[in-house]
Amino acid sequence: MSLTIEEVRKIAQLARVELTPTEEKRHAETISTVLDFVNTLNEVDTEGVEPTAQVTGLEDVTREDVVKNSAIKKELIKQMPQVSAGLLKVPAVFGDSEDVI
Amino acid sequence: MKLNELTIKEAQDGLLSKKFTSVELTQACLEKIKERNKELNAFITVCEESALAEAVRADEILMTGNAQPLTGIPFAVKDAICTAGVRSTGAAKILDNYVPPYNATVIEKIRVQGGVLLGKTNCDAFGHGASNENSMYGPVKNPHDLKKVAGGSSGGAAAAVADNLCIYAIAEDTGGSIRQPASFCGVVGLRPSYGRNSRFGIMPMASSFDTVGPMTKTVEDMATVMKEIAGKDKLDATSVPEPVPDYTKEITQDISGLRIGVPKEYFSAEGMDQEVRKIVEKQIKNLAKTGAEIIPVSLPLTKYALAVYYVLVPSEDSSNLGRLDGVRYGVRAEAKDLFDVYAKSRAQGFPEEVKRRILIGTYALSAGYYDAYYKKAQQVRTLIRQDFDRVFCEVDALIAPTSPFPAFDLGSKANDPIQLYLADIFAAPAGIAGIPAISVPGGQTKNKLPVGIQIMGPRLSEGLVMRIANNIKN
Repeated sequence: MSLTIEEVRKIAQLARVELTPTEEKRHAETISTVLDFVNTLNEVDTEGVEPTAQVTGLEDVTREDVVKNSAIKKELIKQMPQVSAGLLKVPAVFGDSEDVI
Repeated sequence: MKLNELTIKEAQDGLLSKKFTSVELTQACLEKIKERNKELNAFITVCEESALAEAVRADEILMTGNAQPLTGIPFAVKDAICTAGVRSTGAAKILDNYVPPYNATVIEKIRVQGGVLLGKTNCDAFGHGASNENSMYGPVKNPHDLKKVAGGSSGGAAAAVADNLCIYAIAEDTGGSIRQPASFCGVVGLRPSYGRNSRFGIMPMASSFDTVGPMTKTVEDMATVMKEIAGKDKLDATSVPEPVPDYTKEITQDISGLRIGVPKEYFSAEGMDQEVRKIVEKQIKNLAKTGAEIIPVSLPLTKYALAVYYVLVPSEDSSNLGRLDGVRYGVRAEAKDLFDVYAKSRAQGFPEEVKRRILIGTYALSAGYYDAYYKKAQQVRTLIRQDFDRVFCEVDALIAPTSPFPAFDLGSKANDPIQLYLADIFAAPAGIAGIPAISVPGGQTKNKLPVGIQIMGPRLSEGLVMRIANNIKN
């Protein structure tokens, strides 16, 4: 099956990855090949087969839900690309208004 | 023999008997890194200063007589595993400046003993690849032939162990990322059962497949490291509670009477190298001479394993890599609004293959395609697990090649993703079933390229697969 350039653009938007026109073309070609390859799964009869989501068989692994102080707050803030008054700074979510915290 | 060429066992003996110090051992590795890393490109980050400081501390521990098995032994860590205070890029530019404030649990266990962290090894970005050519820090060269790939994704770790740039390494295996480079570089690599070692602090690729395991020079060393790092971790809810056996004792038992299966599908794949096949067949004959019973078996769904893998892994990938968006950590691209911050940071910070996997996963999980791809692959995953369950009623373990071919030329598969994916055709099934599998050197081709032998066993049979591997003589 072949994926169109428009379909690649749509997935790239969903995945939040900007692509150049050359990349769009290349991904359309290579992903189509991969989809052809994985479509061989249709040869397998899976009628009534339970899907596998995990392999350990563990169930209901819980822990106490308690608030703990993190001793690494400073180090975490140090990793942030932009900081203002000790808080993470990001561009506006809507439109191109001034930066907000 | 130079100190950097020692195994863990030899290094332990020398440290405990005061023949040399951890500082001397560490210096020997750092010198070898200086001499060889330009050619091999095995390390992305080398921690010369902190390694020597850690070695000084390790020597103090050794003086007090409180040494543990990995105290003072210099090791390397794949860059997709978090190391406190040491840059961890995952081999992608989006994390070019990322310094984790914490250790992955397996690394913490080694570092509290006084293990000496030499540096971070190159890999395919976030584990995406089988040749180490998908690193944004350049490919790793195979120490046996610099024109060949080291394998992937843990190519840097494999090359570093093979060429004695470190005593051992810790890496990660989703569908072959430890075993296939171990095979290509001629070292021992173990993918443990899913859940045996904590995944906390590993940059996640496919959460239902990922495992952390060692790469070592001998099976004995493998048992030593596994004994120290395995076990339940409260920070990883998928780690299993079963007690950790003493692998170092288990591997010394002989293998007479063990039933070892030879799955015919692993010997007839398309593109199978005949030299590889002959080397594996010779090792099977040797095992029979040591008293193991060799039994032909069949795993008919083997040919669908890679198709299952390339639906489920990119799907889990596309979700896991969503956290890398330039917002809270890593490199943020210049952009006018938040959407652009995401889209441009990811465009600039990921190599082509990472983008491809994210796109495939996003497609497979999108409305209208979920049942056709994701659910279908999960169902075939169940059938592949049942294939293994059935065969493990007939035999104790399986023997097969790790890869259908030895290390290939750099660049030779770079333009065709499917050709590259096929390098993991024998490695992916163990990842799908969550079972342990080890690659151990079994011989060399006429061109002096190493060939790995793979032993697979039922879940939590690490001791057994290491024991069989310990009987394979290179």
